[in-house]
Amino acid sequence: MLTKRIIPCLDIKNGRVVKGINFVSLRDAGDPVEAAQFYNQAGADELMLLDINASHEGRSTMLDVVSRTAEQVFIPFSVGGGISSMDEIKTLLRLGADKVSINTPAVRNPNFITEAALHFGSQCIVVAIDCKQKEPGHWEVYVNGGRVPTGKDALEWAIEAERLGAGEILLTSMDADGVGQGYDLAITRQISDALRIPVIASGGAGKLEDFSDAVIQGGADAMLAATLFHFRKLEISEVKKHLASLGIPVRMDY
Amino acid sequence: MSQIAIIDYGMGNIRSVQKACEYLGHTALLVHEPNALAEADHVILPGVGAFADAMAQLRQSGFDVALRQYVCSGKPLLGICLGMQLFFESSTEGSLINGIQTGLGFFPGLVSRFPANLNVKIPHIGWNEVQTSPSKLFAGLPPKFFTYFVHAYQVSNTELPSTIGITHHGKPFVSAVEQGNVMATQFHPEKSGSVGLKILENFLCLNAEDFTARAKGKLGTSKTGGVPLC
Repeated sequence: MLTKRIIPCLDIKNGRVVKGINFVSLRDAGDPVEAAQFYNQAGADELMLLDINASHEGRSTMLDVVSRTAEQVFIPFSVGGGISSMDEIKTLLRLGADKVSINTPAVRNPNFITEAALHFGSQCIVVAIDCKQKEPGHWEVYVNGGRVPTGKDALEWAIEAERLGAGEILLTSMDADGVGQGYDLAITRQISDALRIPVIASGGAGKLEDFSDAVIQGGADAMLAATLFHFRKLEISEVKKHLASLGIPVRMDY
Repeated sequence: MSQIAIIDYGMGNIRSVQKACEYLGHTALLVHEPNALAEADHVILPGVGAFADAMAQLRQSGFDVALRQYVCSGKPLLGICLGMQLFFESSTEGSLINGIQTGLGFFPGLVSRFPANLNVKIPHIGWNEVQTSPSKLFAGLPPKFFTYFVHAYQVSNTELPSTIGITHHGKPFVSAVEQGNVMATQFHPEKSGSVGLKILENFLCLNAEDFTARAKGKLGTSKTGGVPLC
């Protein structure tokens, strides 16, 4: 039986790991490759390397970080942030990334999802959605690192992304992100119920129960967290023991 | 110095396999010419993609013949993911003739798509458990462990005597095989953390002397025209 995955996210700026609280006020938390190795040994099932500058400053993702990570870390990892061309995807996969995460360029040009999925396979195309609640039951998609509202409904966009060939959805609730009061279970459930592809819940994990709630109430296939793990508020092993104690399948040997 | 050859036949990201070998302290070459296999002490056939395209590439480049010769030399061969599937007799993927594609035929049996009625997601992507039988490849590992999978096609026949790993995804399938010097995993050891690295290390520590002539003689299948492989 496939396990539920724990995915630490390394937000990277100028080759260093940082984490924005609600996407601003950045704090430095070290070298990304060391952090990746640490999480590999700590039981992470997958890693996300996110170039937080790339999208709005047109910065290309940190190829050197990706290459060095692939030399030291032997679990799957995704790279995101500012990826907008087939050439960039090809380069990242060749350097050893397993998946790429596409956000703003997918919204601007949805055909990019299809083109990428047909060429590289759906399994390596993650569509990242940042959203904010607009009214009860409705969430709006934001792009450019959460700065620009699009008028798109998050559920409708997720369904379209799957239809276009996305292999996975990385769903970040901007309301919950950085607050530490739990994942946004309502939108996670809405989208995971509507889709056949895996949904990664992101934003808001603060305690053990938030992870089990994301699976049981949110229907998530994987849970992403950053601050919580970076500052050792919780260990991945604790999270996995907690999930296992509730009968949720997790990978325990690492 | 032992020579490790990773066959580069244009199918998928194979740098990860090379980097894992390097991480373990070995030098692994990406080889594009079948002749290179004669010099190698370990050969790895990786691969992501479609069976028919991959077999066409292997035939066109002459790797199919070179691989048979290499197997008969008694030196260890490892197939990964599509590489494992290519070791089987045939596959239903990318069918051109009579709905079946012929493989390298080191193991008997058919590779087919996960049935659609299993109520599980296909492709099978993620970490899943391997239940193992005693083998050289899994020496020193616990009887059950988790590894990383990415595939839509699978080998159903878990009764196959060379099966050393079984995994469940809606139904049981063969996640690893070993017969003498030929072994293969459906999962990606190069993406399976410390367990995966241990498996690669086990493989790289094997050499021709570890396999008996008897094990070699068992290879080959009914479809190789009744002629033993070696």
